[in-house]
Amino acid sequence: MAATYEPIATTTLGSSANTVTFSSISGSYTDIVAVCSVKATTGSDEVLRSQVNGDTGSNYSYTYVQGVSAGAQSGRASNTSLILTQAGNLAIPEGASTFAPYVVQYMNYSNTNTFKTILSRGAGVNQAGASVSLWRSTSAITSIRFYIAAGNFDTGSTFTLYGIKAA
Amino acid sequence: MIGNIAAGLYGVGVTPSTSSYESIATVTVGAGGQSTISFTSISSTYKHLQIRGILRGTGSVADYNTTTLTFNSDTAANYSIHGLQGTGSSAGAYGTANTSNIDCGTLTGNSNTANAFGVTVIDILDYASTSKYKTVRSLTGQDSNNTYGIVQFLSGSWRSTSAITSITLKASSGTPNFNQYSQFALYGIKD
Repeated sequence: MAATYEPIATTTLGSSANTVTFSSISGSYTDIVAVCSVKATTGSDEVLRSQVNGDTGSNYSYTYVQGVSAGAQSGRASNTSLILTQAGNLAIPEGASTFAPYVVQYMNYSNTNTFKTILSRGAGVNQAGASVSLWRSTSAITSIRFYIAAGNFDTGSTFTLYGIKAA
Repeated sequence: MIGNIAAGLYGVGVTPSTSSYESIATVTVGAGGQSTISFTSISSTYKHLQIRGILRGTGSVADYNTTTLTFNSDTAANYSIHGLQGTGSSAGAYGTANTSNIDCGTLTGNSNTANAFGVTVIDILDYASTSKYKTVRSLTGQDSNNTYGIVQFLSGSWRSTSAITSITLKASSGTPNFNQYSQFALYGIKD
């Protein structure tokens, strides 16, 4: 019997890189879940970003909530060029051994009747939060890009895609 | 020079995992909408349940409504709820005791951006335990590329030690039906 929740692909960086892309994603699942453990290179001060299908246009939007030492915060943006997978503008950790976890859910990613809504949660050294993003396209998602706007993901950062198949 | 990494795909030789996460049932709403979604006769053989859904209502709501759930046809005041949420303009929290259902998902209104759906992932832990009250955890949200965005951490409690055998999902009052293409998928997780 085919697995309902199965790994599709994974990348562990052997050297720093600005971008990790998963291509040729099968449309046979219902949802895609990306589990990431990331750290930025020294001097970076950036968030984990995503785009799909090579779309770099202003076809995205997002809303986030996060908790930091100062309290709870929320923000949003319309007509942006990215999916926000980490709440707010707080940095991916840069410490020697500190990697931050993120779970990014591309819901109904291959549904050609709906826009795509992406739900994510993450945590860093000093914050935790969640975000929801919209990609205004009814196209099936066939590629997912994770990137950092300035600097790089550090060696040891991991990105794993899982497919979930509904009955 | 820092380059880009193209992730490799698993090819032949990688064995799929055995089935500890199973699809139990899926409901996809057809044309005309549907007022309630019910999962019944749920087997007790799993350890936990998860519901994953995309949600849009039929009511002429410009922003969003709430999806609620009840267990085992219990609609009495045997539930309580809490939420932490962000709407973009503010972050806040709420809690209500002695409610008749549990908030579990954000439902995009039908006067909101076309083709946009709210999404939710609902976890029901130890659903078959007969020695514990039941606790629900949901992560949900919707964004419509306008002023109507919301993301929520939700929790709920059902004060019953009965094993959960049925789950009923409804749109909150004022938005009678789930719209076409809304979908709820129920999964069982084994230990």
